[in-house]
Amino acid sequence: MRTIEILASSALVALACGCSQPAPAATQQPAAPAAAPAAPAAAAEPVKDDKGPIKVGILHSLSGTMAISETSLKDVALMAIEEINAKGGLLGRKLEPVVVDPASNWPLFAEKARELLTKDKVSVVFGCWTSVSRKSVLPVFEELNGLLFYPVQYEGEESSYNVFYTGAAPNQQAIPAVEYLMSKEGGAAKRFVLLGTDYVYPRTTNKILRYFLQSKGVADADIMEKYTPFGHSDYQTIVADVKKFSAGKRTAVISTINGDSNVPFYKELGNQGIKAEEIPVVAFSVGEEELRGIDTKPLVGQLAAWNYFMSIDNPVNKAFIAKWMAYVKKANLPGGDKRVTNDPMEATYTGINMWAQAVTQAGTTDVDAVRQAVGGQTLNTPSGFVEEMDAKNHHLHKPVYIGEVQADGQFQIVWKTAGPIRAMPWSPYVPDSAKKVADWTYPWLCGNCTDPKIAAK
Amino acid sequence: MRTSVKQWMVAACLCLSMTKSVLAQDDELAQLACDLGADDHELLQAAVERLGRRPEPAALHILEALRDGTLRLDVHGRALIADKQTGALRDALTGQAAGAADGVLKTPLVNNSLRRTLTPTIAELQLRSADAATRLAAADSLSKGSDEKLVPAMRAALAREPDPAVRKLLRVALALIDVTSSDPRQRIAAVRAMRDSGDIGFKVRLATLLERGSDGKYREPEAAVRNAAGEAISTIENQELVTRVLRDLFYGLSLGSVLLLAALGLAITFGLMRVINMAHGEMLMLGAYATYVAQLTFQKYAPAALDWYLALAVPLAFCTCMAIGMLLERSVIRFLYGRPLETLLATWGISLILIQTVRLLFGAQNVSVANPSWLAGAIEPMTGVVLPYNRLATIAFVTAVVLLLAFVLNRTSLGLSVRAITQNRAMAGCMGIPTARIDMLTFGLGSGIAGLGGVALSQLGNVGPELGQLYIVDSFMVVVVGGVGKVVGSVVAALGLGEVNKLLEPFAGAVLGKILVLGFVVLFIQRRPQGLFALKGRAAES
Repeated sequence: MRTIEILASSALVALACGCSQPAPAATQQPAAPAAAPAAPAAAAEPVKDDKGPIKVGILHSLSGTMAISETSLKDVALMAIEEINAKGGLLGRKLEPVVVDPASNWPLFAEKARELLTKDKVSVVFGCWTSVSRKSVLPVFEELNGLLFYPVQYEGEESSYNVFYTGAAPNQQAIPAVEYLMSKEGGAAKRFVLLGTDYVYPRTTNKILRYFLQSKGVADADIMEKYTPFGHSDYQTIVADVKKFSAGKRTAVISTINGDSNVPFYKELGNQGIKAEEIPVVAFSVGEEELRGIDTKPLVGQLAAWNYFMSIDNPVNKAFIAKWMAYVKKANLPGGDKRVTNDPMEATYTGINMWAQAVTQAGTTDVDAVRQAVGGQTLNTPSGFVEEMDAKNHHLHKPVYIGEVQADGQFQIVWKTAGPIRAMPWSPYVPDSAKKVADWTYPWLCGNCTDPKIAAK
Repeated sequence: MRTSVKQWMVAACLCLSMTKSVLAQDDELAQLACDLGADDHELLQAAVERLGRRPEPAALHILEALRDGTLRLDVHGRALIADKQTGALRDALTGQAAGAADGVLKTPLVNNSLRRTLTPTIAELQLRSADAATRLAAADSLSKGSDEKLVPAMRAALAREPDPAVRKLLRVALALIDVTSSDPRQRIAAVRAMRDSGDIGFKVRLATLLERGSDGKYREPEAAVRNAAGEAISTIENQELVTRVLRDLFYGLSLGSVLLLAALGLAITFGLMRVINMAHGEMLMLGAYATYVAQLTFQKYAPAALDWYLALAVPLAFCTCMAIGMLLERSVIRFLYGRPLETLLATWGISLILIQTVRLLFGAQNVSVANPSWLAGAIEPMTGVVLPYNRLATIAFVTAVVLLLAFVLNRTSLGLSVRAITQNRAMAGCMGIPTARIDMLTFGLGSGIAGLGGVALSQLGNVGPELGQLYIVDSFMVVVVGGVGKVVGSVVAALGLGEVNKLLEPFAGAVLGKILVLGFVVLFIQRRPQGLFALKGRAAES
């Protein structure tokens, strides 16, 4: 009996260490260079001390499960800040990064965000990866009127006055990918398997996709939706089901499987003899960085949809990659010359530069003034197009690319949009959200309304 | 880069100039091969289709090389084929060694839409091969998706085909087209071919034969064809049931063997020695990293024998983990015997240290461990039952490890001492068994076996610093359900849990299936806290 009790407690400890690692609260902040003492009365207004450096918050997990993905976003943000400083900073002031580690712990994200805004008084924050972390910091940014740039593709159904979304909304990634699969070039799929890890992003994306497929005349019987737990590693049954489901009609798989589970999934596909030209799999969370730790042979020909690939051939991207490789070498980052760039890194880089342009235009770092200036900002990005920040819905106009995995872990681009497309944060295919409007200009001033906030006279 | 682009523009012009001149046979083939270097996909597609109609064996070689990614084009537009192992180039048309190529070689771009053209084109060419095995493979690939354009070629091939296995597959490939024929006899033959294939994909097509149109009449006018279709559907359905059960049993066995590999080391350190070993997962992780190191070593020193790196990985993983296990036992765990809570905390701390050490040594990113080529692929003993080699190898491996362990525990003096200590430590000590040394060896054995588990896990999933965390809960579950103190209990529990999980999954889904299994384990432990196989005698009461 005794062993069992101890075992129960050990299991508890195992669970506890699985989801909440103690945060080392690594505030990488060079000993505060005694800025001009802020007027004590206006403590909440970081704008007033306009002689010291401009503080920029970076809120990415550097430990825990998300560290794999988020660490490189922190690195690329530091690189962009260094680049701006090398050109003399903004408004004659240097940028000073304040890096905090929310340790893949969602409530800690909110705590660290509050700390950045109230204690460090940063002018802007670049951060978050998972939707759940963004949802957790959202109330903090809205309460304290902070400014957040969010760099990752997400499920949409949101627009905040305090957030600029530099990653893709569903109509900038998921919907074009499915349209490609339905086209002759993409294999003219008639049946679809929606496969995902069981959490908010896949569930919401698949809900939108189901409505979209229905609007294109795909019957419910031709859609199979399956979820697996986090860290699932046994895909035998699911792959066999996909194979069975594909009998008779051209089938494609749309995968929102998260990070680590992708390896066993693709290995199983390869071993059961499913080839990309028979049943293509398009993934929304597999990029260059994820492929770095994978033997890519079984994946060749599988698809991914993003707004940027490292293999895009244009001068801006070449310069971006060269800067990144030089920075990796200089900062002696792990991985060395094997490091790659990916979509969220490009979105982070674009976000920081757009914010810098807006600060220069506004002539101040005041959140309200900068927010007005960010809307409508344009930038020639590594994606090969001039992207514009939409003043109305706070989302970036982005091009969409579909790439096939190559044996070297890079993507061969097989399809792209003619130019950047405007984000639709509220999906027009979902009945509940079709009526909603995200518009932060007069007379709407609202992220999820069906009527303008300011009534017509 | 710039020069290569320039050279390429010249080469593209070369292709064009060749078209304009009057061409001899061979030149036309060379021209088509040259077109494969086009960046324009329509041109590429057309070149593939035209190559598919060429009678020369070289055309087939070029297309196969294109599919396998070994085709190269030099700046003159000459097609070369790179050897898969050595990378040596030979001329695609003449088959002679080409020596060093001048300028930058171009690899033609192959994407899925091109592959969809390539596969049947190659299969069609292969049907003309003199080798029966090649023809069989070609017919197999054609039977998976019939292309109207290939019907005449397939009929011609069927007419001259002597091999019955190939004939059967070709009939299946033609069945989907023949079922719409105007001749009822041909339709019946097509339905029979579908039935004999046992492929569930045909069920939908057969069912449409039994449907009635809007006017109330059957779509299929002949009753004989309808009867044959009805019979074919029931045959296919029966077969489907059999394959599903067999398939799920195999999947369960395979999941069970993975669970067992993960848990076997713990069955010794926790099961026999009662050390609540939270660092067990990290031993699995170290075993997987040892595999990675073995792979790196082979890549560096013996790239030709890379496929056999597992032969080094197995002893390396065992010895590394055994050494670390013995070190841990001597330096930490031996001071904590009989104090379970302290052991729990100490081993948990050790696991964190090990994770961080690996992170510092190899980086936080997952590392890539490739399956050797002999582990990729699968056999299909009957339609619908696919047995991947890596799963079969895992099952064989775990069987070997269990047998080895049974031998050590039951037939060696170390095993005798271990069993004696498990039953009564004090008495065993009095009988002159060096308990301290045996403890060290046993813990080392358990850790080494966990390392072997890591080698197998590296072939199935990710290898990263947190690999162990994924398996630790499952491992404890297996050992507790099996009964602490009995290795055979762990074997039965792992296979049982694997089967239950896989038989539930088709009905309940992966998420609910896992919850149900955990719920079942909780209830089971409530009813029978000692597990499946309990120790008997005085030791059980202590």
